[in-house]
Amino acid sequence: MTTRVLDVSRLPSFAFGHRSILWWATMGMILIEGTAFGLLAVSYIYLKWRVPEWPPGFAPPDLVWGTVTTIIILASALPNELARRAAERLDVPRARLWIWVSVIFAIAFCVTRALEFTTLNVWWDSNAYGSIVWFLLGTHTAHVVTDILDTGVLSTMLLIAPIDANRMVDVAENASYYYFVIASWLPIYVLLYLAPRLV
Amino acid sequence: MSLTPVVQLEVTEDHIASESRALSHSWAQPRGVMGFLSEVDHKRIGLRFIITALVFFALGGVLAALMRIQLAVPENQFLGPDLYNQVFTMHGTTMMFLFAVPVFEGLAIYFIPLMVGARTIALPRLAAFGYWMFLAGGVFLYVSFFLNIGPDNGWFSYVPLAGPEFAPGKRSDTWAQLITFTEVASLVGAIVTIVTIFKYRRPGMTLDRMPMFAWAELVTSFMIIFAMPAVMLASTSLILDRLVGTHFFNQAQGGDPILYQHLFWFFGHPEVYLIFLPAQGLMSTLIQTFSSRPIVGYVALVTALVATAFMGFGLWVHHMFAAGLPEIGTSFFTAASMMIAIPSGVQIFCWIATIWSGKVRLEVPMLFALGYFVIFILGGMTGIMVASVPLDLQVHDTYFVVAHLHYVLIGGAVFPLFGALHYWFPKFTGRMPSHRLGLISFWLLFIGFNLTFFPMHQLGLNGMPRRVYTYLPGLGWETLNLAAAAGAALMALGALSIVINAIVSLRRGEMASRNPWNAATLEWSTSSPPPPHNFYPERVIGSRDPLWDDPPDQPIIEGIRSDRREVLVTRLLDAEPDHRYHSPEPNVWPFITAVFTTIMLIGSMYTPWAVVWGSIPPFITLIAWFWPRRTDINDESYPVEKARPQLNEATGPA
Repeated sequence: MTTRVLDVSRLPSFAFGHRSILWWATMGMILIEGTAFGLLAVSYIYLKWRVPEWPPGFAPPDLVWGTVTTIIILASALPNELARRAAERLDVPRARLWIWVSVIFAIAFCVTRALEFTTLNVWWDSNAYGSIVWFLLGTHTAHVVTDILDTGVLSTMLLIAPIDANRMVDVAENASYYYFVIASWLPIYVLLYLAPRLV
Repeated sequence: MSLTPVVQLEVTEDHIASESRALSHSWAQPRGVMGFLSEVDHKRIGLRFIITALVFFALGGVLAALMRIQLAVPENQFLGPDLYNQVFTMHGTTMMFLFAVPVFEGLAIYFIPLMVGARTIALPRLAAFGYWMFLAGGVFLYVSFFLNIGPDNGWFSYVPLAGPEFAPGKRSDTWAQLITFTEVASLVGAIVTIVTIFKYRRPGMTLDRMPMFAWAELVTSFMIIFAMPAVMLASTSLILDRLVGTHFFNQAQGGDPILYQHLFWFFGHPEVYLIFLPAQGLMSTLIQTFSSRPIVGYVALVTALVATAFMGFGLWVHHMFAAGLPEIGTSFFTAASMMIAIPSGVQIFCWIATIWSGKVRLEVPMLFALGYFVIFILGGMTGIMVASVPLDLQVHDTYFVVAHLHYVLIGGAVFPLFGALHYWFPKFTGRMPSHRLGLISFWLLFIGFNLTFFPMHQLGLNGMPRRVYTYLPGLGWETLNLAAAAGAALMALGALSIVINAIVSLRRGEMASRNPWNAATLEWSTSSPPPPHNFYPERVIGSRDPLWDDPPDQPIIEGIRSDRREVLVTRLLDAEPDHRYHSPEPNVWPFITAVFTTIMLIGSMYTPWAVVWGSIPPFITLIAWFWPRRTDINDESYPVEKARPQLNEATGPA
């Protein structure tokens, strides 16, 4: 007896972008952490409202290293995008190349971030302003460090582990997460560096 | 030419039998101790969540009983003030973080894949990691309690009481770190639920055909994502204030204790809905099945869920009416709080219409659903009362609020939950629960609950404050407290009868068929209990209530490989087939990662350096977790050149 059959055997065995499982998992992480950054920013503004002058009793963070960091992080979007595009073309050599370039950018960025911590002009235990500045910068740095480690592992995999198409999906999604790390930094930069000077 | 043609094919019995055998082999649950720790089967992970959460529910219940014994008579010396503080804090923390949220997460992990017709859950290793973190957090809390470092500042752990100045020692740190454990578990649970619902629905199950429980869990998961970061922030800043000298909540250094309250309740109020909304999904499920007709007002019910979720984020300040906030702000939150009655009312009227127009079967799960109507609606009534500022100021911190919140949470969540556990018992175990014992449990719980909590309304109006370990005779509180203690005893018997029912039925219950209650959702289309791969053969979905309304000749889905754990990924809105995906194999590293993360989190209570050095072992275990093994490799795209012919179909919009 014959029966009606929906034959799905010719569908691809992987997919990129919003069609993949990993994309949705990454978006979930981004929503969670984006919410955390948003609430931190709101806490910063809340604490600002409570005192007549801002920053209370300290000079705002020096502009130099924060700005250099911002430039590097913006520039790192380029190798990140090139890695993503190479991955979506299943071009392993180029994906490998650009993901390593991204790692180098991120390391440079970590160095200037470390210098940034030395020119905040306030300690976390100085007052509530110092606490929230360190917390904001610290939380973002934790994301950067996590992303470097994670990208580093993926880059190493591309050198020594067996590579199937799903690794290329990993590279592409690793790039979308890195965009979040960049995007979340810009409002924090405005809040920490520009707002105390402008408002 | 379509990649997914519908064709006329000969599907023989032999083919079905051999495919079933292959699937059972590919999806086989691993054995032994390593197998236990490597488990990625969503049914087992879900069941572990449920059972663990029920154990914590029992522990939280024992703590509640201790409080009722202490308060049964005035000037009782059964529990001292310090222990009493710990007991009520542990009770609230346990019930909120270790029972109510995880138990619904467990139900979601078990039933969402079954209800949407999938072979497994998305990201199963992440779900396993979530379970181990939840278990570790719960064990950590109770071990701390027995080591006399259990929290004692209430389940909300307000500053300055919980801050460095007034809470020396480790008790508040224990609370703050417990939050981290349970948040990690809830957040990963939310992600796996959302991804499963969005991408693993069986072809034909468009969004508007999704079961109500799946809708409820979807909305809840989004709420978790937006609410949980707030409490994580609150507890992290609290522990930073305590351990490294930050000043977030220190008034003298520009901090503000009210900021803590805002952060906590921005999570804390949605938290109530994280518990309540899944239960609304259960109510719709139970009422549909036992009224033997499709639910009335499907679209209205879904809209009500979404509306409740949105409004749930605009209510938090009603927990802070007594904190002295500007009046204009509090009026807004009063209005918002009263508005929540609208979607709740819509749901209740839809259910009443379903019952009214259906053929009601008074099975035990339906009784629990009816119990909801009485208890939750009373809780909702007092909710409208305390939403108004003057009344709230009068009853704030009294037993009136205790009565209100237990009517809402036990009526709104625990009764539907017990109904659902009775309802799904045959699916979990393959055996029917005892109807007679179920009746006994229901009546003991229903009478016991009202006897315990109804008098508390009066106690509150008579001025009895919450969180006092004893009271003087002659205040007129004795009789009502004694009644509450008697009610608690009945509830304990009710809970015991449920345990007895589970044990007896597991051994001697009647064997359950696939669909013993004649329900309409897909979990009832497979054997009880389901095989490791959940379904075979799978038919395309043709209606909202497939087991009632689908024509018998719906197409069978063929072409998902049976020689490995393969699933069909579909599109978000219309559930059209999109691609095939190799679901992760069992793996022990999520467990090991959870162990090392636990060590790091507990260590960080003692030295901040534990965060630095303690992060290294979980990092290494994460590498091991993600490192591709032979069995993880997608053989259709390895080496990569082999994948090139699929590339056109794998990129761009489907």
